[in-house]
Amino acid sequence: MAIFLTAQSRVIVQGVTGSEGRKHGARMIAAGTNVVGGTNPRKAGQSVELGDSSVPVFGAVADAMSATGADVSVVFVPPAMTKEAVIEAVDAGIGLVIVITEGVPVHDTAAFWAHACSRGNATRIVGPNCPGVASPGKSNAGIIPADITTEGRIGLVSKSGTLTYQMMYELGDIGFSTAVGIGGDPIIGTTHIDCLRAFEADPETDAIVMIGEIGGDAEERAAAFIEANMTKPVVAYVAGFTAPEGKTMGHAGAIISGSAGTAQAKKEALEKVGVKVGRTPSETARLVRDLMRPS
Amino acid sequence: MDLFEHEAKELFAEYGVPVQAGRVARTAEEARVIAADFAAAGHSLVVVKAQVKTGGRGKAGGVKLANGPDEAYERASQILGMDINGHTVHKVLIAVAVDIAQEYYLSYLVDRAGRQFMSICSVEGGVEIEEVAHTNPEAVARIGIDPLTGVDQAKAAEIIEAGRLPAEAAAGAAELAERLWAVFTDEDATLVEVNPLVLTEEGRVMAVDGKVSLDDNAAFRQEHDRFADPTAADPIEARAKAKHLNYVKLDGQVGIIGNGAGLVMSTLDVVAYAGEEFGGVRPANFLDIGGGASAEVMANGLDIVLSDPSVRSVLVNVFGGITSCDEVANGIVAAIGLLRERGDEVRHPIVVRLDGNNAAEGRRILTEAGIGAVEQVATMDDAARRAAELASLAATGA
Repeated sequence: MAIFLTAQSRVIVQGVTGSEGRKHGARMIAAGTNVVGGTNPRKAGQSVELGDSSVPVFGAVADAMSATGADVSVVFVPPAMTKEAVIEAVDAGIGLVIVITEGVPVHDTAAFWAHACSRGNATRIVGPNCPGVASPGKSNAGIIPADITTEGRIGLVSKSGTLTYQMMYELGDIGFSTAVGIGGDPIIGTTHIDCLRAFEADPETDAIVMIGEIGGDAEERAAAFIEANMTKPVVAYVAGFTAPEGKTMGHAGAIISGSAGTAQAKKEALEKVGVKVGRTPSETARLVRDLMRPS
Repeated sequence: MDLFEHEAKELFAEYGVPVQAGRVARTAEEARVIAADFAAAGHSLVVVKAQVKTGGRGKAGGVKLANGPDEAYERASQILGMDINGHTVHKVLIAVAVDIAQEYYLSYLVDRAGRQFMSICSVEGGVEIEEVAHTNPEAVARIGIDPLTGVDQAKAAEIIEAGRLPAEAAAGAAELAERLWAVFTDEDATLVEVNPLVLTEEGRVMAVDGKVSLDDNAAFRQEHDRFADPTAADPIEARAKAKHLNYVKLDGQVGIIGNGAGLVMSTLDVVAYAGEEFGGVRPANFLDIGGGASAEVMANGLDIVLSDPSVRSVLVNVFGGITSCDEVANGIVAAIGLLRERGDEVRHPIVVRLDGNNAAEGRRILTEAGIGAVEQVATMDDAARRAAELASLAATGA
């Protein structure tokens, strides 16, 4: 099963002819993803080489969908064009849009999210500024390295790309059903809670690792959701205990404002509802390992 | 990017948000001249306000009334050079004093939880809004704003009504709220705050203070550079920025270089934990060199981190995901070579932890390079511990 992305997913790349689109398109195909095409309004009708494969380029997402049956789009277009690209995908009615692009103005994200809401939220948006979604052994849509882990029964949701990779690698022998990088921007489409809910419902997921970081209160809200709704065990890690107030730590959303958004508050909220929180990524991996050990 | 009050008010004025007349002085003498100009125009009473990007200026004594040029000179001499929450006052705003009848609060911000925008409005202004929310939560209205429809006349009126502003201020405040929304959207702001929003004795509504944060991600379509403040930034941060490095100066002794914001934040934490054992050794900086980690970026990163005089050891913590570790190892070797070419001998131990794709090859490259300063440790936790230990040894001169 996995969540959001399965072996049946048919993936297109928006911005497939750009350097990032080509590089990661090829990597996705090498990871076994069914990449069926891409879009670039100026290169419709051409094809593009992605590694050893060649895929058709369409002028619009709607054209790509009708020609290929695509149901997932991965967006690699530059920040200035991201809003338009996502709105186009939403209007085409695609099921899942994964926005890898970093540096999207928050007013643009707010606008495309509001647009998706006004269309009844028929399209799931992941990101922006995220590494994508990977269901090992099935499909990989985004920039998550495919060869650092294996297929298994842990679900992972994370604001951070490299911490996701680190965790997938450390627990590579146990393996993952799906890893979702939700991104570190102030406004994101899919949240920790959306992923927790989907993992709870996924028969192929036994436990969940949740990685958070300073800024906002998404982790606190996830804690409340866990208490009310989750039967599967959740282990968490939160980054940014040493971050100073008022400084943006790499991710646009990673900032402590006044006393709000601290790692300590997030850890306490999670522990209060019985979630084990690791002090380091490795300790977090050990906590998961203990959970998954056959009793 | 956060703006100074005077910059925020200049923006407000551009958008027709009423503000009192004011000019910036960098010396007490300038303050005197500005106050004399205002006095000549019939406004002898002015407010001298410290321009620092932090709250609590009033309590710290950074905001003072002055009657006439001589008093303005005196107040400005007291305030210039003051330290307010770690911010040195380099300039003051001399603003024409306003007869305040009532003080309110109005802001627009990003509602992260609601994935939209929000206005906060309150009849109680002039104090920290968090404090009002704590002592009198019913006086603080939070109104969601749909980014697609924004704040029109009707929405502005709704916000002001929700904030329970009195009838005599409502029309003026609603008009101001509508114009302030244009500042928020057209300037790609993430926060626009007016505290206090004032009703004057003459019945005018105006912004007596202003706080604006701009979205750095929107720099490509805005002229935000005009607000850049090179004097305020930490000198190492300024140099890092010029080299397009994502660097934040902290107050510890272990220089940190890593790839990916989350991993670097995590590295700081793990070093701080490990450092507890060694007399409270802490991370000296945040530096994310991103996914690529080319030799040049690594060299620039090492250069910046080593230029911090409080650094006693360096931890390079890289997880090879897309980038494989052999490339990163080559980057480190080349970086140290580049530094040597520039005549910068590496004086501090560099602990390197490489994991992930091609880690074994990366480690081999580093070992064979035989760089004395470089010490490899296999795991992140152990590497952090070793870097903290080396920093504490260096500090005690052992």
